Amino acid sequence: MIFAKELGDTLRGALGDDERVVLLGEDIADPYGGAFKVTRGLSTAFPQRVRTTPISEGAIAGISAGLALAGYRPIAEVMFGDFLTLMFDQVVNHIAKYQKMYAEQATCPVIIRAATGGHRGYGPTHSQSLEKHFLGVPHLRVVAASLYHDPRVVFADFLGRDEPVLYVEHKLLYPQHLTPPVGGRVGDLIATSDNAPGMLPTVRLSAVPAEDCTVTVLAYGYQAMLAAQVIERLAIEEEIFAELVVPAQIAPMDWAPVERSVAVTGRLVTVEEGADGWSWGSEAASVISRRLFGKLRQPVDVVASEPTIIPSSKPKEADVLVGSARIEAAVRAAAR
Amino acid sequence: MSTALAPAQDGTDERLTGIPGEPLAHRRYRRMRFIRRFEETLLQLFEEGALNGTTHACIGQEADAVAVTEHLVEGDHIFSNHRCHGHYLAHSGDALGLMAEIMGKEAGVCRGLGGSQHICAPGFKSNGVQGGIVPNAAGIALANQLSGNDAVSVVFIGDGTLGEGVVYETLNMAALWKLPLLVVCEDNRWAQSTPIAANLAGDMASRFAAFGVPVREVDSTDVEELSGIAGEEVAAVRSGAGPRVLLIHTYRLCHHSKSDDERPEQEIAERWLVEPLLVHGRRLDESDRKRIEDEVETALSEVVATARASA
Ligand SMILES: Cc1ncc(C[n+]2csc(CCOP(=O)(O)OP(=O)(O)O)c2C)c(N)n1
Repeated sequence: MIFAKELGDTLRGALGDDERVVLLGEDIADPYGGAFKVTRGLSTAFPQRVRTTPISEGAIAGISAGLALAGYRPIAEVMFGDFLTLMFDQVVNHIAKYQKMYAEQATCPVIIRAATGGHRGYGPTHSQSLEKHFLGVPHLRVVAASLYHDPRVVFADFLGRDEPVLYVEHKLLYPQHLTPPVGGRVGDLIATSDNAPGMLPTVRLSAVPAEDCTVTVLAYGYQAMLAAQVIERLAIEEEIFAELVVPAQIAPMDWAPVERSVAVTGRLVTVEEGADGWSWGSEAASVISRRLFGKLRQPVDVVASEPTIIPSSKPKEADVLVGSARIEAAVRAAAR
Repeated sequence: MSTALAPAQDGTDERLTGIPGEPLAHRRYRRMRFIRRFEETLLQLFEEGALNGTTHACIGQEADAVAVTEHLVEGDHIFSNHRCHGHYLAHSGDALGLMAEIMGKEAGVCRGLGGSQHICAPGFKSNGVQGGIVPNAAGIALANQLSGNDAVSVVFIGDGTLGEGVVYETLNMAALWKLPLLVVCEDNRWAQSTPIAANLAGDMASRFAAFGVPVREVDSTDVEELSGIAGEEVAAVRSGAGPRVLLIHTYRLCHHSKSDDERPEQEIAERWLVEPLLVHGRRLDESDRKRIEDEVETALSEVVATARASA
């Protein structure tokens, strides 16, 4: 089943299982069911707890915060991740702070779901991956949807814990089939799952056993899907063997699976769709360089999009955003 | 006159929150005096260098806090702003918890992490970000609505906060969803150093009316008058009719925070003549007033001593 549908089913299950779950977002009610149709059917089934809202991102986040403080489990949808900027104050100065500044006398477990990413020609204000601006916020978890992580597992984790979380859903994942590891494989790739306590699983994918890989690729979300295609192709066509590490939680990070892989390969390429500089990849480069200084055979390569606006024109957009070609070039360069 | 007012919380000092059986007028005076002297003590402690950071006193606005909180019951929720001491003390009577908090002690309501503007206690929260708490209070109101109880959510804001956009996003949604939310806007004429004339275009009350939210406007420092009106507003919100706004025109007699004040001296002097303790104090016999003041004084000095000695 495709990701958008599985996510919708997950939300339906959550609403059915737990009276405290409330969905808020713009245009999420039936018959429209949300800009990407994730919530279709839910407002009919749960009219009180699935509420379409005005175009008011600050209030959507702020009302969710109040619900969470009062013991509910709000899930707020951001129609386009670009408008997370309008929630930034609520996330940083309200949602993420309450539990700590109130000395654990309150919790604020808001779940924010944001449709992010480009490659669809939506242009400069509807195509961005702005999650890097949220990565360093203390007490906020940032989790990225991927084809290798079942949203049921992900949301069970969110709803079972008291912390707020930002869940970024790349738009191009919605129509894709989910492919979580089955029997140690994802398609033709070998799959391993690292399950550190308190963390969502990190999935590692490779065409040959990890011990035989010479490059580590670290990627999340839609870019992880592209990276998986790249490492599979390079393995078959050129015998370049890379191990792809796909975390679900991108902040705070569980670096252990990355370290384990890089300890073998000595080479790390990070991939993200957000703009280059001050990014997830820069943090990875910093952490891995510190921890594995002697074992790295070359500097960490950070692959990210051009730090500029995302054009609407298809060829111009492709020049700006990371895609398969850039990932492939970086992996080849690292393997040389 | 309402007789079903919220009782003092368990474990609080009756000398600060009200002696059982004493007339309502006495209790109101006692509570306002408690808030006034608590804050004057804070300012003194600041001058001694005993406190860290900053603090925003509500001197001159005590009647608002006492009047509104009188009508709240268990299950109701207050969300307050940077100028939250009066609201908190009127709600909880917890002088020691707040004093220790502002002193940065472990014994404080938030173990010294929150300080003056970030308080959490049962039925009460505050945050120092202007405007951002309004949707939070609306979220609590939505929780009450979904739970099917008749609890109300009260949020205190200042006139300057009417510049924040999220306030209007929230008013719109609260009105659409008929949330049990009471917005108490304390218009004390100044936002930090900026007078409303330089802050606010158009008419204050119309801003709320634009969303179809009923506004009750009152220009008063009289706790009795304010309490009567607040009681009606709280009851209306509790009845499920949707959000309402209580717009109180008042005045801040002290500086904004610590010692920043460029306001005209004459303007301030005039307002001291109609300050809430004076207005309401006239209703009490001189001897009762004096006795209450002495009791508050003794209780507060014990609080300060205990807070100083605490870890
Ligand atoms: C979002 C935000 N901007 C600025 C400030 C700094 N600040 C603290 S209090 C204040 C003035 C608030 O005025 P008003 O809302 O009228 O409340 P009052 O202080 O008069 O009670 C300002 C600007 C803040 N705390 N939050």
